[in-house]
Amino acid sequence: MKIKKEHIKFILGCILLMGFQIGMANTWTVCATCENNSIKETIARATDHDTIRIEKGTYKEFEILVDKPLVIKGIGYPIVDGEKKGEIFKITSDNVTLDGLFVINVGVSYTKDNAAIRVVQSKNFLIQNMVLEQLFFGIYLEKSSHGKVYHNRIIGQAVDEYNSGNGIQLWYSTDVEVSKNHVQGTRDGIYLEFSDRITITDNTSVDNLRYGLHFMFSNNDVYSNNTFENNGAGVAVMFSKFITMKDNTFQKNWGTAAYGMLLKEINDAEISGNTFEENTIGINIEGSNRIQYHNNDFINNGWAIRVIGACYTNSFTGNNFLYNSFDISYNSKLNDNVFEGNFWSSYTGYDLDKDGVGDVPYRPVKLFSYIVNRTPETIVLLRSLFMDIIDFSERVSPVFTPDELKDIRPLMKIRP
Amino acid sequence: MLKILKYSFYDLIRSRWSYVYFLFYLALGFVLLFLNNDVSKAVITLMNVIIVLIPLIGTIFGVMYYYNSREFTELLLAQPINRRSIFMGQYFGVAGSLTMSLVLGLGIPFVLYGLLRSNAIFDFSLLLVTGAFLTFIFVGLSFVIAISNENKIKGFGYAVLLWLFLAVVYDGLFLMSLIVFEEYPLDTFSLVATALNPIDLSRILILLKLDISALLGYTGAIFKKFFGTDLGFLVSMAILLLWTVLPILGLGHKAKRKDF
Repeated sequence: MKIKKEHIKFILGCILLMGFQIGMANTWTVCATCENNSIKETIARATDHDTIRIEKGTYKEFEILVDKPLVIKGIGYPIVDGEKKGEIFKITSDNVTLDGLFVINVGVSYTKDNAAIRVVQSKNFLIQNMVLEQLFFGIYLEKSSHGKVYHNRIIGQAVDEYNSGNGIQLWYSTDVEVSKNHVQGTRDGIYLEFSDRITITDNTSVDNLRYGLHFMFSNNDVYSNNTFENNGAGVAVMFSKFITMKDNTFQKNWGTAAYGMLLKEINDAEISGNTFEENTIGINIEGSNRIQYHNNDFINNGWAIRVIGACYTNSFTGNNFLYNSFDISYNSKLNDNVFEGNFWSSYTGYDLDKDGVGDVPYRPVKLFSYIVNRTPETIVLLRSLFMDIIDFSERVSPVFTPDELKDIRPLMKIRP
Repeated sequence: MLKILKYSFYDLIRSRWSYVYFLFYLALGFVLLFLNNDVSKAVITLMNVIIVLIPLIGTIFGVMYYYNSREFTELLLAQPINRRSIFMGQYFGVAGSLTMSLVLGLGIPFVLYGLLRSNAIFDFSLLLVTGAFLTFIFVGLSFVIAISNENKIKGFGYAVLLWLFLAVVYDGLFLMSLIVFEEYPLDTFSLVATALNPIDLSRILILLKLDISALLGYTGAIFKKFFGTDLGFLVSMAILLLWTVLPILGLGHKAKRKDF
C-alpha cells in the first residue's frame, strides 16, 4: 500500500512537472535583463503556437518578422521603438495575435509604405490593444483575411499629405473586422482599397489630415456606430457597391473643401440613422444610384445634401433636416430621386387634417442654391436681404428649380 | 457745434425714441441669447438684423429728425452761429444717440451672458463697429437728402428709395451682372462691387469672421485673401470711413449754399 501511494505521488509529480515543462516550452518571456532580451531572436527561437510575453521595458528593434503562428503579448505596455529606421512588425503567418504593445517611431520613407504593423497574406490574425505613435502607416493589412483589428489607439502627427501615411489600411483584404479603434492625426484614418466584406464598427476617427474613412473599390462593406470628427475632408466613399452605413456620426468637418461624407460612384447602398452635424456639406453625392437615405439627421450644416449630376433612383425618407443653410442643392433640372416624409425645419406649411403630415409640399431646393451652382461667385450674396426675397418668391412659385423636386408628405413634427 | 450736438442728443433722449430704439435692441439681445445660449451663434442672427435694420432706421430717423426740427434750425440760423456747426451738431446728435442705443442695447445683454469670457468678443465688436458705421453713413445720407428736398414726401421717398437701392436693388443688379458675365473671371469685379456698397461690405466683413465663411468656398477664399489681411481690413475700414465722410462733406456743402 505504502509503495502504491509513493507511486501515485511520483506519477502525479511527473504529470505536474511535464505540464510545467510543456508550459515552459510554449511561453517565452522577453525582458531587458532576461536571457531573451530581443523580440526578434525570441521569435526565431519559438516554435509554432507559442506565446511570447514581453515584459515592461523599451526594445529598440525594427523589421520584426513574425513568420509562425504566435501570440505576442505585452505586459504593462512595453515600448517597441523602431528608431525611425523602417517597419516594425511584419506578420506573414496565419493565426498571429499581437496584443498590448506600445509601438513607436516608424521610419518615414518616400519609396516604401512603412507600417508599424504589416500583415501580409495571412488569415485569422488578431491585433488588439496596441498603441501606435510617431508613425508613418499604422496597421497595414495586405491581402489578408478573416482577421480582427480591435481596440487599438493610433496617434500620428501628420502635417503634410505627401509624407504621412494612413492609420489603418486594408488592401485586397476580405472579411476583416475593424472595431473600437481610435485613429487620429494620420493622413486617412481608415483606408480601404479592393477590400470586400469588411465590418467597421465603433471606431473614432478624428483630426486626420485628409479623410476619416476612405473607401475605394471595396464592396459589401458595413460601417456603423463610428464617429468621424474634424477630418480634413470628412469621409469619402468612392467606386464601391453594396455599402451599408448606419448610425455613424459625422461632425465638424468644416472648411472650404470639407464634407461630412463624399459619395462618388456608389451604387445600391444604404445610409441610415446617421447624424451629420456642423459640416460644410453634409453629403456630397456624385454619380450615385439606388441609394436609400433614411432616418438620418442633418443638423446645422452649410449644405445638408449636395447633388452633383447623374444621381438616379435614390430615395430620401424620414430624415430630419434641421437648421441647414441649404437643405438640398441640385445642379440639374431633372430629378429622378424621391423625397418623402422628411422633417424640414424651414417648412412653413400647415396641417389642417392633423395627420402629422403637411398639406403643402415642401420644396427643399432654394433658388439661391440653384444660382450658386450655376455661378459660384454669387455665393457672396449669402445672407443678403435680396436673396431672402427671391428665395421666398421662388418658393411660392418655382420657375428655375426642378418643379417635381418636392417632398409631398413633409412631417410636421421632428422625427424622434 | 458741441452745444448743438448736446442739445440734439438730449432732445432725442427726451423724446423717448432713443429709449424705444435702445429697448428694442436690449430685448432683441436678451431674447436671442435666451433662445440659444451660444454667443457666437447669436452674433450671426444679429448680423442679419443689423444689416437690414440699422440702415433703415438710420435713414428714416435722419429724415424725420431733420424735417421735424426745421423750425428750430431756422431759429438757430438767425443767430450768429456758423451754419456748418448747426447741421454738423444736429447730425452728430442724431447719429451719436442712435449708435449709443445700439451699443448699449446689444452690449448689455451680451456682457451679462458672458461675452467677455467668450472668444466671440472680437466678432461682436466688429458687429458693433460696422453697425455704428452704418448708422453714421445712413443718417448722413438721409440728412443730405432732406436738406436737398423741401418737400417732405419727396424727401422721405428718396430716403426710402436710397435704402431700398443699397439694401436690395444693388444686390439684384450685382447678381444679374454676375450671371450675365459668368463666362468671365469675376473675382475682382465681385470684390469691388462688394466694397462699393456699405451694406454688402459690412455683411462680408462680418461673415468672413464667422465659421459660416467656409460656405463661401473658393470665392470666399479670394475674399478672405483680401479682407482677411490687415491691409484688406484697413482698406474696408477706410471705405466705410469714406462712406461716412462723403455725406458729411455733402451736408456741409449743401448747408453753406442753401437759401432758407
